[in-house]
Amino acid sequence: MIGNLPYVAVVIFVGLGIYTLMFKKNLIKIAIGVVLIENGVNLFLITLGYRKGAIAPIYTYAPSGQAMVLPTPQALTLTSIVIGIATTALILSVAMMIYKHYGTLDTDEVRRLKG
Amino acid sequence: MKEMSRIVKTVTNFVYGFIIIFGFYIIAHGHLTPGGGFQGGAVVGSAFALLLISYGSLNSKKFLKKDILSLFEGFGLILFIVLGFSGLGITFFYNFLANSGGWFGNAAVIGVNPGNMNTGGVIPLMNIAVGLEVLSAFGVIVLTMASAAEFTKKKENS
Amino acid sequence: MNLSNHIPILIIAIPLLAAFLVPLIGRINKKATGILTTLALSVSLILTIVLAVKILTVGPQVYVFGATSPSLTLPSGLKFPIRIMLQIDAMGIFMGLITAVVSFVGAVYSLIFMKQHSGLDKYYSLLLLLTVGVFGMEFTGDVFNFFVFLEIASIASVALISFRGIDLGEPAEAGFKYMVVSSISALVVLFAVGIFYGQYDLLNFAALASVIKYSQLDKIALGLLIPVLAMKAGAVPMHMWTPDAYSEAPAPITMMLVAASQASLYALFRVVFSLYNISLNVLTVGWIIIIFGLLSMFIGVTMAIIQKDIKRLMAYHAISQTGYMFLGVGVGLAVLANPVALNQYGITAMEGGIFHIMNHAMYKGLLFLTAGALFFRTGTKNLDKMGGLAHSMKYTTIFFIIGAAAIAGLPPFNGFASKILIYESVYRFNPLLSIIAMVVSILTLASFVKVFHSAFLGPKLPQFKEVKEVPRSMVFAMAVLSCIIIFFGLFPDLIVKNLVHPAVMSLIEQFKYTGTVLGGM
Repeated sequence: MIGNLPYVAVVIFVGLGIYTLMFKKNLIKIAIGVVLIENGVNLFLITLGYRKGAIAPIYTYAPSGQAMVLPTPQALTLTSIVIGIATTALILSVAMMIYKHYGTLDTDEVRRLKG
Repeated sequence: MKEMSRIVKTVTNFVYGFIIIFGFYIIAHGHLTPGGGFQGGAVVGSAFALLLISYGSLNSKKFLKKDILSLFEGFGLILFIVLGFSGLGITFFYNFLANSGGWFGNAAVIGVNPGNMNTGGVIPLMNIAVGLEVLSAFGVIVLTMASAAEFTKKKENS
Repeated sequence: MNLSNHIPILIIAIPLLAAFLVPLIGRINKKATGILTTLALSVSLILTIVLAVKILTVGPQVYVFGATSPSLTLPSGLKFPIRIMLQIDAMGIFMGLITAVVSFVGAVYSLIFMKQHSGLDKYYSLLLLLTVGVFGMEFTGDVFNFFVFLEIASIASVALISFRGIDLGEPAEAGFKYMVVSSISALVVLFAVGIFYGQYDLLNFAALASVIKYSQLDKIALGLLIPVLAMKAGAVPMHMWTPDAYSEAPAPITMMLVAASQASLYALFRVVFSLYNISLNVLTVGWIIIIFGLLSMFIGVTMAIIQKDIKRLMAYHAISQTGYMFLGVGVGLAVLANPVALNQYGITAMEGGIFHIMNHAMYKGLLFLTAGALFFRTGTKNLDKMGGLAHSMKYTTIFFIIGAAAIAGLPPFNGFASKILIYESVYRFNPLLSIIAMVVSILTLASFVKVFHSAFLGPKLPQFKEVKEVPRSMVFAMAVLSCIIIFFGLFPDLIVKNLVHPAVMSLIEQFKYTGTVLGGM
């Protein structure tokens, strides 16, 4: 049971993110929602690679015969974090541009495109 | 962004160099310890953000030039892709320097050991390229956002 | 050094190198950026054609990064591949050809179309990155790198959609919407990748396909992948981003966005055919895809009829045309488990759907470029304000007629060729679907007659007295696409037999796809 706690955290992260995306009207809060989902997915990937009692997968620290944590999910997570940084920076920049033109961050008022 | 109080500025002066050196340490030891180009670059980038916050965007423009940073960014990217291309005799991204005895060319020792900097082939070089790219990209991002925020604020006041 | 083995990576790496060079060149000479971009994309186009010939004659190609030989997928007796690789079969190169043509034409068109904007070095750099992302999505042989290239493509396209956001509010709004949609879908793709990795410890498409069991978790992964990839392709219940993004991006970028959406469509087909294939409940999943298609076709076209903004109208038509691809391929999937029906009409339906992907990219690209040409000279996208432009913009008028006839499925243009394949084969599966498809086609024609009437016909308007034909490079870009449309329309048999049929077979025959990587062909 205690080993499944990270998955519970994943569900909480993703659930909060989806809640934020659906019910919040502020553009910055929407960006936060995206970041929350991203953190949930990253945590999911990291948890997949975890082995109980294993050591960190560093080449020069490894005594022979000792089990290692899987390095691939860590590489995946790192890549996804890098991409997440770019995404977040871009979302925030676009939100700044919207604020510049519309003078508000409320999604109900940022609605010139419709139909 | 306005500059902050003297306490913040003094602390910034104090830790700024250490953060940058730590970032470069992470970049340079990416092939031996946890870390690498992106992580180290992000640490250096956070130092830039600290400078920007504590000194305000006007003052920190004296230290951080967007032009020079974006030049470095391009340079880091080109270095990375050229390293990829130079393996093309065999395959793209082939580690042609590993175990060749020259630059970063020693074979890594198996078993517990403190780690030898002179290993890894093109991986440390790629870490340096990525680190250069990331630190300058972070600098450009924070500077651009700060100047855009300044612009918005000015518009609001007028 | 034998360069011909390295063509798969060079197609991706040369635009990537150019994307990094462009900002540096832009410091020295602003004009050189556009020329460098066009040059890099033309090299990439030539290499794609060379690779296409190689794949269609020799067979699928793999390219393993960092290995001691480009085709070494299983080093030293390993059972499963460990390195990152590109895997290109007939379907992948089919999509690659579309991307190569569209990006090259887009770059040529941008040379003058974007001239008055500032920050052009960034524009071209992003255009190249978008091309790299789309190529990568189509060529990659591994699920995680698919996610990476998906994100590269969406980040570049968001930056390009909101490129005019410095001066206007609407592009920024469209960009925000697209960014949220695409980052959510990319994260869901990553979640599905995590599910695959957790079960099988594999990331390679082919290796995954050989072990996939369609367990409960695999069903969840499929349930996550189909909606998000359909969302990125612009299928109807999730189409809210498409009209905004397509109408607010600059015209050449809109054309690239069409190609990028189709890359997501390709990924969807890749997942259901190459990854799951017969192991899934093909009838149910096939009908889900058919229903996506029906909704997209019908709602897309009905929304298009009421639009006043020419690019928004065309964007809704793009949604509607995507429906045809879903319909054709969905029918093929629904009868995949039934060899008799598959041979009778399933393969033809898929040929129609896949052929329509290429036709759609060509004529929709042409239509968006003509809309861009109208905007370039008149400064408006509103159909009510245009009129009488046929007098002064002769070439654009001709190109528009070609594009509109092709999208409405009139012979002898390419839209007719693929639509007739879909009508005939889908009729044998379920007559009602075929009738709906024909009705949609008629509505499309009606809508384009309206556009033609309000933009081009009528007396010369006084406010457009100064309007003249667009510059030569833009005419050249549109002419390239028109020639392709007419060629495909006149010789559809040639294309279907040599290009489309191998693509369809490479989707259906899963063992060929896995065999390229795992051996044992």
